[in-house]
Amino acid sequence: MQVSMTVNGQAVSGDVDPRTLLVHYLREDLRLTGTHVGCETSYCGACTVIVDGKAVKSCTMLTAQAEGAEITTIEGLAENGDLHPVQEGFWERHGLQCGFCTPGMILSAVTLLDENADPSEDEIRLGIEGNLCRCTGYHNIVKAIEYAGAKLRGEEPAPAEWEVNA
Amino acid sequence: MSTTSALGGVVRRREDPALIQGKGLFVDDVNLHGMLHVAFVRSPFAHAKITSVDTAAAQAMRGVRAVYTADDVRHLGLLPAQAAAVGRPLLADGEVNHMGEAVAMIVAETRAQAQDAVDAVEADYDRLPVVIDLKEALANTNLVHEGVESNTLITWTAPFGMEEDGLNELRAKIDGYKAQDDVVVVSLEMVNQRLIPVAIEPRSVVAEWHAGYQQMTVHSSSQSIGAVASSVAIMLGIPYNQVRGIAPEVGGGFGAKLALYADELLIPWAARELDTPVKYTETRREAASNTIQGRGWLGTATITGTRDGQVLSYEIDAICDLGAYCQDLTVAIPFLGVFVGSGQYAFDTRMQLDCVVTNKQTTDAYRGAGRPEAIYYIERIMDAYSREIGMDPAEVKMKNFIPSESFPGATSPVGFAMDTGDYAMNLQAMLDSPEYGAMKLARDELRSDGKLVGLGMSTYVEACGFGPSALVDLGFSWSGYGQPSAFNGSGLVRVNPDGTANVIIGTGPSGQGHQTTWAQIVSNELGIEMDKIRVTHGDTKDAPVTIGTFGSRSAAVDGSATFEASRKVREKAARIAADLLEASEADIQFADGGAHVAGSPDKRVEWAAIAEVAYQPHRMPGGEEGGLEAHAIFSPGNATWPFGSVACLVTVDPDTGDVSIEDWVSMDDCGNVINPMIVDGQIHGGIAQGVGQALFEEAIYDDEGNLLTAGLIDYPMVTAVDVPSFNLSRTTTPTDVNPMGVKGIGEAGTIGAAQTLVNAVVDALAPLGVKHVDMPMRPRRVWQAIQDAKASA
Ligand code: FES
Ligand code: FES
Repeated sequence: MQVSMTVNGQAVSGDVDPRTLLVHYLREDLRLTGTHVGCETSYCGACTVIVDGKAVKSCTMLTAQAEGAEITTIEGLAENGDLHPVQEGFWERHGLQCGFCTPGMILSAVTLLDENADPSEDEIRLGIEGNLCRCTGYHNIVKAIEYAGAKLRGEEPAPAEWEVNA
Repeated sequence: MSTTSALGGVVRRREDPALIQGKGLFVDDVNLHGMLHVAFVRSPFAHAKITSVDTAAAQAMRGVRAVYTADDVRHLGLLPAQAAAVGRPLLADGEVNHMGEAVAMIVAETRAQAQDAVDAVEADYDRLPVVIDLKEALANTNLVHEGVESNTLITWTAPFGMEEDGLNELRAKIDGYKAQDDVVVVSLEMVNQRLIPVAIEPRSVVAEWHAGYQQMTVHSSSQSIGAVASSVAIMLGIPYNQVRGIAPEVGGGFGAKLALYADELLIPWAARELDTPVKYTETRREAASNTIQGRGWLGTATITGTRDGQVLSYEIDAICDLGAYCQDLTVAIPFLGVFVGSGQYAFDTRMQLDCVVTNKQTTDAYRGAGRPEAIYYIERIMDAYSREIGMDPAEVKMKNFIPSESFPGATSPVGFAMDTGDYAMNLQAMLDSPEYGAMKLARDELRSDGKLVGLGMSTYVEACGFGPSALVDLGFSWSGYGQPSAFNGSGLVRVNPDGTANVIIGTGPSGQGHQTTWAQIVSNELGIEMDKIRVTHGDTKDAPVTIGTFGSRSAAVDGSATFEASRKVREKAARIAADLLEASEADIQFADGGAHVAGSPDKRVEWAAIAEVAYQPHRMPGGEEGGLEAHAIFSPGNATWPFGSVACLVTVDPDTGDVSIEDWVSMDDCGNVINPMIVDGQIHGGIAQGVGQALFEEAIYDDEGNLLTAGLIDYPMVTAVDVPSFNLSRTTTPTDVNPMGVKGIGEAGTIGAAQTLVNAVVDALAPLGVKHVDMPMRPRRVWQAIQDAKASA
């Protein structure tokens, strides 16, 4: 079947098997391999992308359901080579280790901060509950999102723990 | 409590820019022209004879290019494994021994076609009795493997190397303690349950055969790509230098990507048979049932001690679940528990670990590997003993620690030489820390609010970064994989004509940040700026021979090799610089991208100028050999022994049994620290994995051997809401077994965590009369413990 949508600001269209999941369309047809597959059963969140402003696990969605949608994947987050503040936060605050959960985690954090510009630690934790990370224990992911929140609000982020403890 | 090493600076990770933009390359991202896809037909039974496998219908399906069974691959041999008492066939050969064992392999043009063909393969089975329960396995009620007359493949005992007579004497001595007046004997049977490692990236293999050149390229998300390449070479009969193993980004390993898997041999083999690239990526369910699992001990720990806190002896008798086959380190994992024995304590210790096969997936290295199990038992029973005699657990620990005066060169009660340690200092540092003080205040406040609240504590010691290389004589060798390099590290450092440097290492990260840490090591030695140093890993085409990332060994062993290689380059460069600057070699110092004479920063020469001389041998001083590179192999004189103290505060909801972690304090000591940010990150992740074991995770097999927890819905993982932010601090006791004074930190967080939580929950429930709660402490189990305690009160 024919599908068309906008991915990272570009109009794309293609012919897909009706049972193709969005994550496979992105990874295999569009070669946007930054969207990862961790479980294919809607638990891990590694496949999270932004669909019409909402974080969506792209293994839970058929490509056909994204017809006409506006999609942002991790590859489309930086603008003109400038990292998005959430990406910057993950780098600055060591919010990733192996990096496999990271694209999904970053995109969830982007929508979290869209909806709540100044979240508490508990709100951040609740907001990324659907994204599993096996490496970081979430500690520095929380710090990364706090950093990004401050940046997006035009504030100076709190210093890193290692700066405080040094 | 800050670090003293000159290396101890925070540097942002250089691996991050690609990863945060979705531009990192993981194996499943590799897409080769014409690539075929694999799906496996897997056994629905845990133990059965295979009476027939009919592949004809599958073979005729659209897109299917080949269907293989044991008949096709038997000639390749069994999967190589250390101490392979019971090796695994690449595809099940006449018998299946655990649910999910691969019976046939389908290769098709698309993944969907391969998966569709799975149902078309008709396999018939005659079921055999299954061995699931560990006590039944030990009793040999039924046997897992026909022809292997006992399910117990090996029994590890400690003290290490003690013969039966000695052990009997020790038993008699301990019985003597127990007969004394006024001693208490505290004993608990406890489960350290089977776990599924769950790296978020499923394992993936892509192989390509270059027929014209007779060369094989195999991509695998492996912690030990060198072992993958050399095993492929041996089993497929290709010279090692014609096989290229590539582990690009590896999406978490935790030990589970260390073992060699049948698919890592079958996929390259099929790629050669079909002369077409082939890919296999496991599904999440396959990751659960067919990637190795961890832990799986059922043990009784016993302490005999006086009423004033002097422990006389510790005993542990445990059954360790090996699963169906030996893979990689399977039988060696419980032995790592013997290594740490009774932890940091000085009392008589006796261990007996019976390692049994069962009709379940193989167990192998999972973060900590034997050491979390061993520390769990000693630390739980120390806590129970302290509670029994009504003493503060910290006070009891202080009374029984191996004293700091014994270091360096202490020998543990189970007979291993330890490097450095100061356990009382470390525990005192935690007790004195403001974070711990705040935790105690919070406990008292919550308690006065009428909450069920508990504060738990544990200390730990770990053995990691194993060496010396003579350990291979004990049977821990990777020779079956064609890798004689177990316990060595290696590193190669080259300064190029433009003054940049290449560092090539055989070990590689699965999130640990080797590119950053190794650049720091070399930059610190050579004074070359970080951004001019390129670190290459995970490609056997370039890499020096080495074994991989596991056992918290990379920095201490391979890092030390790289340090020594840098030092060799530096010494040669100093001779060249001394000649150029007409100074004495001893006065040459390296910083800011060049060499200068001590005390006269203007008398300097850039690395590029030094390199120019090095690459024009006629200009070399004293007829020295040309070139500016060095390779070093490092074999540590001993393992390193990190240690630490951990405490946490929990509240328990009496109506639901829900445990919530209110606060966490860790005081770790891993010697000198290269990058504190990365070290802390390792501890954070390690703690969360220990929390997962304590609260949620368990690989559950039913009586028929069905894995009930193959999906993530049935295998609850720690999410961001289940853990608090962690308060980490450090003491610094450098090791003397490597030149940088670094100990490993990859597993310490996990080793210290699980029992800390159980101790905290027991502390909360002790007023109700609860003495122990087995892991995982899911709400239902905790609630039941509360009800049982109330009923018997
Ligand atoms: S791959 Fe979609 S949630 Fe795991
Ligand atoms: S960084 Fe590895 S899973 Fe999150």
